[in-house]
Amino acid sequence: MNVSQNKSDLSQQTIWMLAVRDNRDRQAFAALFDHFAPRLKGFIMRSGTSLERAEEIVQDVMLTIWRKAATFDPHRAQVSGWIYQIARNRQIDILRKENRPLPEELKEEPGQEPDASQLLALQQEADKLKQALAKLSDEQREMIEKAYLGELTHQEISTQSGLPLGTIKSRIRLGLDRLRYELKDLQE
Amino acid sequence: MSKIVHHIPEDMLAAYAAGTLPHGFAVVVAAHVSLCPDCRAALEAHHAAGGVLLESAGSVSVSDRLKADLLSRLDEPFTPEPVYERSGVYPGPVVQALKGRAPRWKSLGMGVRQDILSNDAESSVRLLYIPGGQAVPDHSHHGLELTLVLQGSFHDETGRFGVGDLEIADDTLEHTPIADEGEPCICLAATDAPLRFRALVPRLLQPFFRI
Repeated sequence: MNVSQNKSDLSQQTIWMLAVRDNRDRQAFAALFDHFAPRLKGFIMRSGTSLERAEEIVQDVMLTIWRKAATFDPHRAQVSGWIYQIARNRQIDILRKENRPLPEELKEEPGQEPDASQLLALQQEADKLKQALAKLSDEQREMIEKAYLGELTHQEISTQSGLPLGTIKSRIRLGLDRLRYELKDLQE
Repeated sequence: MSKIVHHIPEDMLAAYAAGTLPHGFAVVVAAHVSLCPDCRAALEAHHAAGGVLLESAGSVSVSDRLKADLLSRLDEPFTPEPVYERSGVYPGPVVQALKGRAPRWKSLGMGVRQDILSNDAESSVRLLYIPGGQAVPDHSHHGLELTLVLQGSFHDETGRFGVGDLEIADDTLEHTPIADEGEPCICLAATDAPLRFRALVPRLLQPFFRI
């Protein structure tokens, strides 16, 4: 994949992640580590995990990122969202000692050309989502952090009227059209 | 495939993304998302929201040796996690719950069959096989029941459900799902409490069949 013509528009994390995916670039991976490992550790420790255990999970998550890099698709996910998903999966798998059920992977067609406008549109949507979350009241913000950190049960999420899940859905449509396009062949 | 009209509610997708759904429900959500681009896109939006929170979360510095340890492990051989492909009408997550085997149907009478895929303290999930035109015994629920259609279709007091559609029933709903005429209806059904049946005989059989 050649995105050099648009590199200046892509986020630094996306550039690192593509270098890891396409070139197995260890320097870029080290940069991703420096950025995400402390955040992952803070995130994981919020759910009451001990210091030492948290580092084990961070290492496991980062290793999974390295190994699963081929499944990163910048048309569909920001690096942070992709890593969030991996972190939740790994934390749950380690806790329950079994693999949690995951949706089937979408199959990318080989040699697919990157769509620069799609990449940028996704990035803009993620920025809008970030702004929307930044505008929440402290109380809402705390609730939403608890929900995505796995501190609320489904029952608690569904009875929290102050939880702005609608905001999230309306702010980000994340390549829905592209997904439809990709799935068209599979479903017909 | 006809268009999916009954989707996963937003709160349930968020709980799935965060990993707090009971196992049985998570199997149903993962199976529906495998069939439904709309819910896949919505789920990815929840991942994006989780990512934004991860970006802005408080950092805790990591020990020096963590990075060195990690970088030294990059070339370690490893076994990739198994990938479960769709098999016939069964989406990947159902094949995973079946552990790759074919369903082992057990008769519930009147041609209705089931295969219990998992049953723990929090939830149970099973496959149901209902011949065309046949009703599932009238039942209500202690908790939530999710029913995802994998083959055929059924209808009840609340509407019609075809392949990919998800019915969500809570304890306020007493309903009688009836498979539509034609091919047998196969569903994936999860509950967070045992079902209770109104008719006397099925209730006596309930502990026996674990339904």
